[in-house]
Amino acid sequence: METVQRFYFDYNATTPVSPEVLETAVACLGQVYGNASSIHHFGQQAKQTLETARRQAAALIGAQPREIVFLSGGTEADNLALLGIVRHAKHTSRHVITTTIEHPAVLNTCAQLAREGVAVTYVPVTADGLVDPGEIRRALRPDTVLISVMHANNELGTVQPVAEIAAIAHEAGAYIHVDGVQALGKIAVDVDALGVDLYSVSGHKIYAPKGVGALYVRRGTPLGAIAFGGHHERERRAGTENVPGAAAFGRAAELAGEQLETDAARLAGLRDRLESAILERIPHTGVNGNRAARTPNTTNIYFDGLEGEALVIGLDLRGFAVSSGAACSSGAVEPSHVLTAIGLSADRARASIRFSLGRANTAEQVDALIEAVAATVAHLRKLSPVTV
Amino acid sequence: MNTPPIAVAMSGGVDSSTVAALLARSGQPVVGLTMQLWNQRRLPELSVEGATGRCCSLDDAYDARRVAEQIGIPYYVVNFERQFEARVVEPFIAEYLAGRTPIPCTLCNNFIKFDQFLEMADAVGAEQIATGHYARITFDQESLRYQLRQAMDDSKDQTYFLFGLTQAQLARSLFPLGEMHKSEVRRLARDMQLAVAEKGESFEICFVPNGDYAAFMDAYLKQKSAAAAPVHGEIVTTDGRTLGEHAGVHHFTVGQRKGLGLATGEPLYVIATDARSQRVTVGSNAELLRSTLRACDVNWVSIAGLPAPARAQVKIRNKHVAAPATLYPSSAAGPVEVRFDEPQRAVTPGQAAVFYDGDLVLGGGWIE
Repeated sequence: METVQRFYFDYNATTPVSPEVLETAVACLGQVYGNASSIHHFGQQAKQTLETARRQAAALIGAQPREIVFLSGGTEADNLALLGIVRHAKHTSRHVITTTIEHPAVLNTCAQLAREGVAVTYVPVTADGLVDPGEIRRALRPDTVLISVMHANNELGTVQPVAEIAAIAHEAGAYIHVDGVQALGKIAVDVDALGVDLYSVSGHKIYAPKGVGALYVRRGTPLGAIAFGGHHERERRAGTENVPGAAAFGRAAELAGEQLETDAARLAGLRDRLESAILERIPHTGVNGNRAARTPNTTNIYFDGLEGEALVIGLDLRGFAVSSGAACSSGAVEPSHVLTAIGLSADRARASIRFSLGRANTAEQVDALIEAVAATVAHLRKLSPVTV
Repeated sequence: MNTPPIAVAMSGGVDSSTVAALLARSGQPVVGLTMQLWNQRRLPELSVEGATGRCCSLDDAYDARRVAEQIGIPYYVVNFERQFEARVVEPFIAEYLAGRTPIPCTLCNNFIKFDQFLEMADAVGAEQIATGHYARITFDQESLRYQLRQAMDDSKDQTYFLFGLTQAQLARSLFPLGEMHKSEVRRLARDMQLAVAEKGESFEICFVPNGDYAAFMDAYLKQKSAAAAPVHGEIVTTDGRTLGEHAGVHHFTVGQRKGLGLATGEPLYVIATDARSQRVTVGSNAELLRSTLRACDVNWVSIAGLPAPARAQVKIRNKHVAAPATLYPSSAAGPVEVRFDEPQRAVTPGQAAVFYDGDLVLGGGWIE
C-alpha cells in the first residue's frame, strides 16, 4: 500500500513525548543511574533528580512537593487513593461515592471494594455529562468515607464541579479524591482552590512517557499502602523509584505550566473549527456532552446511523487517528459506559467519535480531517442510508 | 487509495494468514480484518484451562495482528458479537431445543462471514473479500453464474458449509486456497516465515469450549434466565419399550451411540428425538437407515434451479461420502425430495443436504 501521511487526533488516549521531555529522559537514563535511596554520590544525584521532578510536578497543581507520590501511572494512582483511604479508615466507615462516568481505573477499583464489603454508590450524571453536586449530597451516608469524582471526563471532556463537591465531602467529614488524568495540562489545576485531598495524574497524557504518574496526597490525609516493601515515597509506595520517568514527568509538568494558556486557547480554536464544520456540513450529527464546561481539546460527536468502528477504521485508512469511546473499550461490544450514562441510546453511543487535539495539530490538519470525515461519512452513508 | 483493497478475513489461523500473505506478496492492497464474534469471558463457568475450540480468543487476534504486522498490511479487529449472537448462537440453541442438530458454521457463513463482513469490506472501500476457505469459485459464461466447486484437497473441502452463498456473495469472494493442498499451504506459510505456520487445526464449533454444546447451552440459558431446557424424558425403543430416562433431547443427536447410559446386549443408536414429547427413540444400526429425505429452504448455487428430477450426489453431513441420489424438486422454491440409490445411515434433522454434480455444488437445503 502507498504510504499515507498520518495525523494524530487522539491526544486523550495518549500523547507523544515532547522533544524537551525526551531530552530530559534520555539524559537521565544515560547518566543518573544511582538508587535514590543510596548514601553515596550516585544515590544523591538520583535523589536530587527525583526531588527536582517532585517540585516541578507539585508546582503545576499548586501542591507542596512532599504531597506528591510518584507511581506507575493514573491507574495506580486511582487504586492507591481508593484502596488506601478505605483500608486505613475505621471499620465503621464503609461507604464510598463515585459517579457512573468514571474511568475503569476508578470503577473497577470500586467493584473490588464492593467485593471486600464496602458499599459503593454510583451517582448518575446529567444528560450533558456533568455531575450534579446535589446528587452527591443526597448520596451521603453517616459512614461515607470517600467521594471520588473525575475532574475532566476522558470521552466528553466535561469538567466537573469539583470544588463544590469537595466542599460537600468535607462538610460530611469524608475525603475527596479526584481523577485528574484528563484535566492536567488542559485546564488550570490548583488543589487548594479545588479543596481536594487526593488527585491522580498521569505522565503520558501530558507529553511524558507511559509508565509514570503521581498521586497528590494532601498533608495529613491518612493513606494505607497497597504494595509493601521499602520505605520509598514516605512509606506510600514501596519500590525503587523510577527516576528517569519522574524526571520526564517533572519536565513535562513544567512545560505544561508554561504552555497551558497558549495551548488551551489555540486548541479550543482548532476544536471549535473542527466541530462547527462537521455540524454544519454533515447532517444527523451533534455534540455529546456540555459544550461550555469542557476541556479545550476534546469534542465527542455522534453521526447517526453509522457504526463508529467503521468510521474509525475508514479514517485510519485515510491517515487520521481518532477514537470511538475510550481506548480501553475499543474492541468491546458494549457501547461506551459514559455515553450510555448520559442517556444516549446504544445505537447513538456506537455512532459516536471522540476527537481530541494536541500540540502538533495545525489548522491545515484540522481542515484535512474535516474533508476526510465528510468523505468517509458520505461513503458509509451511501452504503447504509440514515433512517432517522 | 487508488486500487481498492481486498479485505481478508483473518482468524489468526494458518489458512487465512497464508491467504493474506499471498495477496500482500502479489502486490495488491490488502486490509486484514479479524471478526470478534464471541466473548470467551461471557460464560466464565465454561472457561476451562486448556479448553479447545477457542474462537475469538485474545490469542487468535494476537496471532492475526502479528501476521498483519509481518506482511505489512493495515489490520483491525471488528466486532460482530451482537450479530453473531442473534444470527448464529440463538438459532443454534433453538434448533437443539427443537430436537434438531444444527450447523452453526453454515449460519455464520450465510449471515456473518459473507454478509456482515462484506458490509465491513464496503466500509473500508474493498470490493472483494478473501477467506481461508477450502473451496473454488468459477464463472460459467453460458449461464452467467458464479459456480461453487469442491476444493482440490478433498480432505479439507468446506463446500458443505458454503451451500447458502448467493450469487452476489460469490461474485465478491476469493478463496485462494481452493486450488491448494493443506500441506502446500503450510509449506507456503513456513516459506514466508509466518508466525502461525506451525499452529494447530481447529475442528470443533468455535464458540463451544471442548465441544460440550449441552454445557454451553445450559450456561447460556441460565445467564439469559430463559426457561431451562426440559430435563426429563424417556428413552424408548422402536417397538415401544421404555429403557430409561434422560435430561433433555438436546443432549442427543441422531446416530449417536455413546452416552445413552443404557446397558443392553446389542449396540443401540439414537434413531429419532422428539422435542414435544421429550422422547428419544433408540434402535439398531439397521433402523438408522433411510432412503429418502426432504430438504427445505433450498439455495441453488451453481444452477438457477431444478426444473425436473435430476441425478446428483448428496452429502448429509460434512464427513459423509456424497451418495448417489435423484433430486425431485417440488414447486419453484419449495422443498426438494432426495431419493438415495442406497439407504443412508443417520439422516439428521437440522443438518444440511448438499447436492453435488461431481465437484460442482448445485445447491443444498436443510434436512426436515
